[in-house]
Amino acid sequence: MFARLKAMLVKEFTQILRNPKMRVVIFIVPMVQIIVFGYAVNTDVKHIATAVYDLDNSVPSRELVARLEQSGYFDIVARVGGVDQIGNLIDHGRVKAAIQINHGFAADIKGGRTAAVQVLVDGSDPNTARIVLSHAVTIVGRYSDQLLVEREVRRRGAAWQPPELDLQIRTWFNENLESRNYYVPGVMAQLVLIVTMMLSAMSVVREKEVGTMEQMIVTPIRRWEFILGKTLPFALVGYLNVAMVTALAAFWFDIPIRGNLLLLGVATGVYLLSTLGFGLWISTVSQSQQQAMMSAFMFMFPAMLLSGFAFPVENMPESIQYLTWLNPLRHYLVIIRGIFLKGVGLAVLWPQIAVLAALGTGILAVAIYRFRKTVS
Amino acid sequence: MKLRRVRAVARKEFLHVLRDPRSLIMGLAIPMLLLFMFGYALTLDVDRVPLIVWDQSATPESREFVERFTGSRYFDLAGTTDNYRTIEQAIDTRRALLALVVPTGFTRDLQANRPVAVQLLIDGSDANTATIALGYAEFIFAGYAREIRLEELQRRGGQTLRPPLAVEPRVWFNADMLSRNAIVPGLIAVIMMVIAALLTSLTVAREWENGTMEQLIATPLTGPELIVGKLVPYFCIGVFDLALCVLVGRYVFDVPLRGALPLLLGLSLLYLLVALSLGMLISILGKTQFVASQFAMVATLLPAFLLSGFVFPIENMPGLLQMVTHVIPARYFVTILRGIYLKGVGPTVLWSEALLLALFGLVFLSLAMCKFRKKIG
Repeated sequence: MFARLKAMLVKEFTQILRNPKMRVVIFIVPMVQIIVFGYAVNTDVKHIATAVYDLDNSVPSRELVARLEQSGYFDIVARVGGVDQIGNLIDHGRVKAAIQINHGFAADIKGGRTAAVQVLVDGSDPNTARIVLSHAVTIVGRYSDQLLVEREVRRRGAAWQPPELDLQIRTWFNENLESRNYYVPGVMAQLVLIVTMMLSAMSVVREKEVGTMEQMIVTPIRRWEFILGKTLPFALVGYLNVAMVTALAAFWFDIPIRGNLLLLGVATGVYLLSTLGFGLWISTVSQSQQQAMMSAFMFMFPAMLLSGFAFPVENMPESIQYLTWLNPLRHYLVIIRGIFLKGVGLAVLWPQIAVLAALGTGILAVAIYRFRKTVS
Repeated sequence: MKLRRVRAVARKEFLHVLRDPRSLIMGLAIPMLLLFMFGYALTLDVDRVPLIVWDQSATPESREFVERFTGSRYFDLAGTTDNYRTIEQAIDTRRALLALVVPTGFTRDLQANRPVAVQLLIDGSDANTATIALGYAEFIFAGYAREIRLEELQRRGGQTLRPPLAVEPRVWFNADMLSRNAIVPGLIAVIMMVIAALLTSLTVAREWENGTMEQLIATPLTGPELIVGKLVPYFCIGVFDLALCVLVGRYVFDVPLRGALPLLLGLSLLYLLVALSLGMLISILGKTQFVASQFAMVATLLPAFLLSGFVFPIENMPGLLQMVTHVIPARYFVTILRGIYLKGVGPTVLWSEALLLALFGLVFLSLAMCKFRKKIG
């Protein structure tokens, strides 16, 4: 019986590796993807193109603009002489924000009144807009505090000290708040899902579509040998992808790997049960590769989007949060981010691994059960 | 190119599509699924961040201070504690994202005018959420610190003081900063690519794989006729999806359309042609359906998602990658969509993007025609 399984495996490996385009798809494309998307997927907002409209042109107004620029969040790319110019720049997308300081700014500060700083942001990218505004408020607030203290010190003499309240921030796991550290492991999880699920779904259906399935049926091969033959090679491909991507993440992107690589291997195995299981199940309900591909997407889009990869699960409506428990990608993401960034182990991650194992064996069992009808 | 033959191919392809109702239904269901997921479930807006509090001081003042955080709409009290171990556990298991530690002498030191340090621990692994949550925390904290200072000054000076500076924020185009208003228009660019990637990319590869291409080769059909004929049904599906997107955006999600509808539709059709030509080119180059589908993912769908500025701003990418985004048609279309939908701009602003899209379409289509060989092997 191992002879039959071996023959099946040889056939599958030959089929995967014979086609040079297939080799590119399986081994090169994931590497390119992880590099491109490792750089692309980045929500750090810095160096926002900003226009300045300084009507006051006084010492404090210039000081304020300098402070905004020195913060690293604002790049002053244009100094304009009118509101219509600001509108034009924002319309063309050349600037995302504009600072307007009106006449009388310095006079207001001197006179003990509150001077207004207008901050205009382009709300068509709301995420950036929110971050821009919060930085602007913080920087202006700090300058405002300093001006107030200076004024009071001048009035009362140098001995006066304002009360001091400090916020000490300690960031765990990702000290520089680099979003790349968070996203690259996520891209890896998606790649494994795409490659293994599509491979297993389409390769079985291909036999049906091209007509070689009938040949398979007349051979003495058993059902489970066929299934193992159709899943083992793809599991191996999945493992290879994880290994390559982990190496790239560590050596190319300098992403810390704080946890146990062995645990990553085990968790990947459990995750592959689900991705291959879903792929196999799709192959049992599809008659053509087109159908298999569409069905795979019907599953993959929600899986990728409702996984917490880019959009935090905590932000979703509660009913959908419960639904995400059925999503293997969601659990695998928690595991790999836990292993990569937090360095946590089985003590913290066992619920995710348990759920993945249950989901994987469940869907695999359904797929194998359904498979009987199609082979015989 | 003979119109009669194009029509015959289109008819054959229509029959293909209609005889596989499941693929057709999914071709319409997947865009709807995407729209509703993005419209209802997916958002980068951060609010109700779970916060765990250790109030070592436990005075009315410290409680008032903590209340500033937990009472705001940005934070949710996930629990209180009296040790670091629980904080660590809560953050490890993601029950809390932030921990606020108020020191023992909070009130006493403040009243005695000694420096006070409040500790904020944050799980930085999700950098985006962490950055935004940190911004909120600093904002609330700075407001409190400022008030304390003003109170102190007033107590000493006996007069009301005003802060020297204030920010007047003005948000253009999307005053409530709703991410839905930016996401739903951008999604149209992705959905058009879905059609191209999922349906068109298999159409020629399938004929090769199943051997029916040999039959087509035996007919007097020319390459361009085959390609144009095959595109017709997918173009129709694309137009249907487009109409659906615009209607759902308008009537279900209330996304404002500030620009001209005809301009939106015209440019969308242009982009649809670009997407279909790209799918066709991939199908011709891929030869087998699996290879074509994977190339389609990498060349159409993922870039439309990740490199178009749809979710991840292009300005944040490294310079080299920003250059790469210039060959992604979706990038220009996302700019066009946001321009028309949110900014209400017209052809005077968008002509260069439209021109580039037309150019892309032309290049993809001529490449497809020139790469298609009516030969076996």
